[in-house]
Amino acid sequence: MASRPEVVAPPEIFYDDAEARKYTSSSRIVQIQATLSERALELLALPDDDVPKLLLDIGCGSGLSGETLSENGHHWIGLDISASMLNVALEREVEGDLLLGDMGQGLGLRPGVIDGAISISAVQWLCNADKSSHNPRLRLKAFFTSLYKCLANGARAVFQVYPENIDQRELILNAAMHAGFAGGIVVDFPHSSKRRKEFLVLKCGQRSVNASMLSRSKNEDGESCSDEDSEDEENQTVCISDRHRPRKKPKKNNKSGKGKEWLLRKKEQMRKRGNVVPPDTKYTGRKRKDRF
Amino acid sequence: MRLLTHNMLSSNIKGVVNGFPLRIEAEKVVEKTVEMNGEFLKKMFEKIDWKAFVDASWAMGYTELPEEADSSMLDSDEFLNRFHHALLELHLEEGALVCPETGRRFPVNKGIPNMLLHEDEV
Ligand SMILES: C[S@@+](CC[C@H](N)C(=O)[O-])C[C@H]1O[C@@H](n2cnc3c(N)ncnc32)[C@H](O)[C@@H]1O
Repeated sequence: MASRPEVVAPPEIFYDDAEARKYTSSSRIVQIQATLSERALELLALPDDDVPKLLLDIGCGSGLSGETLSENGHHWIGLDISASMLNVALEREVEGDLLLGDMGQGLGLRPGVIDGAISISAVQWLCNADKSSHNPRLRLKAFFTSLYKCLANGARAVFQVYPENIDQRELILNAAMHAGFAGGIVVDFPHSSKRRKEFLVLKCGQRSVNASMLSRSKNEDGESCSDEDSEDEENQTVCISDRHRPRKKPKKNNKSGKGKEWLLRKKEQMRKRGNVVPPDTKYTGRKRKDRF
Repeated sequence: MRLLTHNMLSSNIKGVVNGFPLRIEAEKVVEKTVEMNGEFLKKMFEKIDWKAFVDASWAMGYTELPEEADSSMLDSDEFLNRFHHALLELHLEEGALVCPETGRRFPVNKGIPNMLLHEDEV
């Protein structure tokens, strides 16, 4: 295995013209990034209404991840620090708009306008101090704080990351939580060193932070990428460090609403805050008939 | 870069209070036809800052947008077509985006705005 690119050079140097081309012409990488992006998009849990969304792709590179967003009908804005990677994206005529920028400097976007964000194999770069002026903690803070602001209420951000170690994972997660996000880490294929993939799933805003947030973990079927080992018995997903829920909850149908328990709890909270809330009756939170 | 993106972007320079909207200096504008999606346009209409959008479209040489707009106009196909065209089909290919507060220019080359900040701007 080659050493981690993050320790070789800063991203704008590492991803030069040659590396950008090499990266994007490897069918293995193309395949892996597409699979990761599909999964990230799934974890974004966008409303199933067939209306295209405005999404961000952070560290979009040559547009491999963004392409998945386009294929699913969404508009996207991609940000990357490597001009060479973006040039390859131009050559490939990606549909998203591209910005040359450094996520560690924060995102310059208006508040509340973005419907969701993905970032594939990029955020771990922020843990490095590539310049004397760089402080990873501050850069992560600038990034997550600005991301939180530009997301619409209730929107999610999903990051597939390769943290170098537990400390890095904690560093990233803490920065996200401090910025106001709720959420945690979803691990696919936890017992396979090769296939193990981590996704940081973050949610913005007060609404329904905990309900079924991380309970959607799925069991992957055995479909494996060409170069990967297939350890079928290990094809599963676990959640670690979920800040809001100690253990996985049984699968819930998203569309069936939040349930009576949740409602009663919410109403109690609202009462405690001094709001006027209708009394609880036997009708509270009951199942409604379909209207059509 | 399309006006969709321009309408979401603001200047991120340290100390700048209102970095929106970035003024457009257009040297080259290109048009690319894309399919229209009325539902998307309706959703975007709620988010778009209309004044900034109209000014930006003028800077790009497109002058068909009404100066004021409200959601009832979304029922008109003519309006939708214009909105769609300005939002998604005009691309700023070469030029610059200028911070409204500091006058700092962010160059746009091959359609990509360079939003990298200098160290003293972070
Ligand atoms: C492994 S590539 C992934 C690219 C793309 N998401 C994909 O799935 O193919 C990581 C990308 O993150 C970008 N990156 C690293 N640090 C960054 C930063 N501080 N700001 C913006 N992009 C960054 C790199 O330039 C590189 O293009």
